[in-house]
Amino acid sequence: MGGVLRIILQRLFLGLLTLLVVSVVIFVAVNLLPGDFAEAILGQGATPEAVASIRADLGLDQGMVVRYFSWLSDALRGDLGTSFAQANFASFVGSSANLGGVTVADQIAPRFANTMFLAGVTAAIAVPIALTLGILAALFRNSIFDRATNILTLSSISSPEFFLAYILILLLAVVNPILPSLSNIYDGMAFGERLQKTLLPALTLTLVVTAHMMRMTRAAIINLLASPYIEMARLKGLSPLRVIVVHALPNALAPIINVIALNLAYLITGVVVVEVVFVYPGIGQLFVDSVKIRDIPVVQASCLIFAAAYILLNLLADILSILSNPRLRHPK
Amino acid sequence: MTRLDRRGVLKAGAAAGVLAATGVPAKAQAKRGGTLRLGLAGANTSDSWDGRTHSDTFMILMAMGTVFDCLTEVAADGTLKGELAESWEASADAKTWTFNLRKGVTFHNGKAFGADDVIASLQMHTAEGAKSAAKPIVANIETMTKKSDSQVEFTLISGNADFPFLLADYHILMYPAGQIEEAIAKGIGTGLYRVESFDPGVRCVVRRVDGHYKDGKAGWFDAVEATAINDSSARMSALMTGQVDAVNRVDFKTLPLLKANPNTMAFEVTGNQHYTFAMLTQTSPFDDVHVRQALKYGINRQEMVDKILQGHGAVGNDHPIGPANQYFAADLPQLEYDPEKAKFHLDKAGLDSLKVDLSASDAAFSGAVDAAQLFQASAKAGGIDINVIQEPKDGYWSNVWLKKPFCAVYWSGRATEDWMFSTAYEAGVPWNDSQWDDPRFQDLLYAGRTELDSDKRRAIYHEMQQILSTRGGVIVPMYANYVDGASTKLAHGPDIGNIFQMDSSRITERWWFA
Repeated sequence: MGGVLRIILQRLFLGLLTLLVVSVVIFVAVNLLPGDFAEAILGQGATPEAVASIRADLGLDQGMVVRYFSWLSDALRGDLGTSFAQANFASFVGSSANLGGVTVADQIAPRFANTMFLAGVTAAIAVPIALTLGILAALFRNSIFDRATNILTLSSISSPEFFLAYILILLLAVVNPILPSLSNIYDGMAFGERLQKTLLPALTLTLVVTAHMMRMTRAAIINLLASPYIEMARLKGLSPLRVIVVHALPNALAPIINVIALNLAYLITGVVVVEVVFVYPGIGQLFVDSVKIRDIPVVQASCLIFAAAYILLNLLADILSILSNPRLRHPK
Repeated sequence: MTRLDRRGVLKAGAAAGVLAATGVPAKAQAKRGGTLRLGLAGANTSDSWDGRTHSDTFMILMAMGTVFDCLTEVAADGTLKGELAESWEASADAKTWTFNLRKGVTFHNGKAFGADDVIASLQMHTAEGAKSAAKPIVANIETMTKKSDSQVEFTLISGNADFPFLLADYHILMYPAGQIEEAIAKGIGTGLYRVESFDPGVRCVVRRVDGHYKDGKAGWFDAVEATAINDSSARMSALMTGQVDAVNRVDFKTLPLLKANPNTMAFEVTGNQHYTFAMLTQTSPFDDVHVRQALKYGINRQEMVDKILQGHGAVGNDHPIGPANQYFAADLPQLEYDPEKAKFHLDKAGLDSLKVDLSASDAAFSGAVDAAQLFQASAKAGGIDINVIQEPKDGYWSNVWLKKPFCAVYWSGRATEDWMFSTAYEAGVPWNDSQWDDPRFQDLLYAGRTELDSDKRRAIYHEMQQILSTRGGVIVPMYANYVDGASTKLAHGPDIGNIFQMDSSRITERWWFA
């Protein structure tokens, strides 16, 4: 097991490096966008004096390098700062005190919890469906069932998310009013109601992620079906289902886990469009709002969360696939 | 429909549709009850209860229209009435104003409302470091004197006959003196509804106050739940599926669906919101009045209303005063598209043809680039060659507006003529986007400001609109309607306010469940 621990530490260190690189890229990218927070927030009222005064208040008049390193030194101490919107508001009120003390972390935490909830609900629906469909497709490969599943999942993954979202709204909210099209969940909402409101976006995301996981399950299993030990199992007279679930599946787990982890990461980072369409107050919507007004501290923090989710889930996938494979668990 | 006459500008058909659809007789009995669920565009994560920062619908509606009060209020029919002020009077030079405040009003935290609150709330706008949009209004107040707990006397630096009108501005909210920071943090006002929860850019829930001075006249809902829905399709589907009772900014494309649905209705008013093409009149070639006139005749205003606004608007007449203004000159001769006259004026300017650059971006208004191209096509017949330059959206207001000699601009309009003119047409003011400096116009502006006689003011503002229409530097092709949507379960009074979206942002006060 010492090998696994070393791999974990190595990967965590590389992950931190990746986060650093991501923060530089995002910082530069947001700064390269035309316009800045002062111009965005002032709109038509962006007279040179007003823009200059907001920039001075927020330190935007300093060079990019200086600003990046001051952000970085704060971030390394665990302080993600205050959003420009809040800081600007505080200067507006005429006092240096940040009313209510809303920091970026305070702003992001409840939104991130909402996104995780949506990801959780989606995963709870999508993963079992994908695995079952994958196994069944492998079992009945090249049958009508196999082809139909493939066509359905592939066409749903090929459609843009907002299109799937609108189709689902049309079918499940407008024509047959079963589910609400507005997912405006809030703190203190009863779990049942929250779940009901989250269902449509979760179904949309399910359609998006199922194909990938299902196809990988099918391919990984079929790949193994040509192996001699499967031939042996068949010759022993085992039922096809048993051959697949007990003999083939354990050896196919590594690639499947990898794909599931990738898709879970996507559920956290790729939900922006779905959140906007369903008015779901998750981190994706906060991210969009913040990019729109060039609120760099919030954008930076959100991106770091997205990147960290990818890195950690990939790490988890690698560890799980090592653990699921005795050959990797005990390297010669 | 005669009730709509004073501002016979509710687009006749739309108005008829609304009233017929709701079936509300003029004096329908309003009744209490129900939770109004709103789906609103125009929310930001930077929203707060600080009136000085308000610029978009969500906060204007929730603050000015719901949780807070101003001193005065523009009623749905366009007349001015007292809100926290009961009455007011002016000296003959319109310089000294005495306001009598409503007695027995309390803030949501129990503090009694009085003269001190008025003075402290107004001082917020001129406090050091405060960047209030209402600063020019308050900066004109020289002294504020507390005559008694319920009377305040204002002395203005220069007389202003519109002063009570200006105090209805949505930035100038009344806060409790000494507790302003707390009131801004929590939303403590004197309005009909108190804040229950507020998540900026996401959601706001308010509950009706028991025993309010507007009881029996306004505030019919038990609670209001406003959800921020910035995405236009999401807003529409929320209304169509009955998850919200009213939405603002209906997309013209989905308007027919909304009207076809038996459970929803559209309500549409023409206000002061207008789109313009501004020329810098002290820059060649726009310094020549004949060049400006040639361009005025080279634009097809009706086509713009039909194609850019898809009919949801009214043609403009090259002045910024709209149908929601008191002294709107509806009888001025309408400028028409006439390529021959355009050629005639080019000739007068000593030119065979004219070539100008027109800067546009959809940051100015939605469809601005298309509008510029329509202008280009129609002007060609008049011998004018317009070169449309598509500018980037970001930084449009800092880099293009007021800098490029000819560009597309958006104006929300102002509640009073003087306010509009002194924002964008007074010589030397920062937002004068046509470098307008006309001696006669300037004299009239000063005369109108201190004139208390309504008929004389009408004549003054009429002439000012005429000057701009015939020789001004701004082309105003169209007024854009406010188009909002609501459930047919809702009912409203005989008029719908046209100062801003959603019944002048007072839907929570004025509407009820039928």
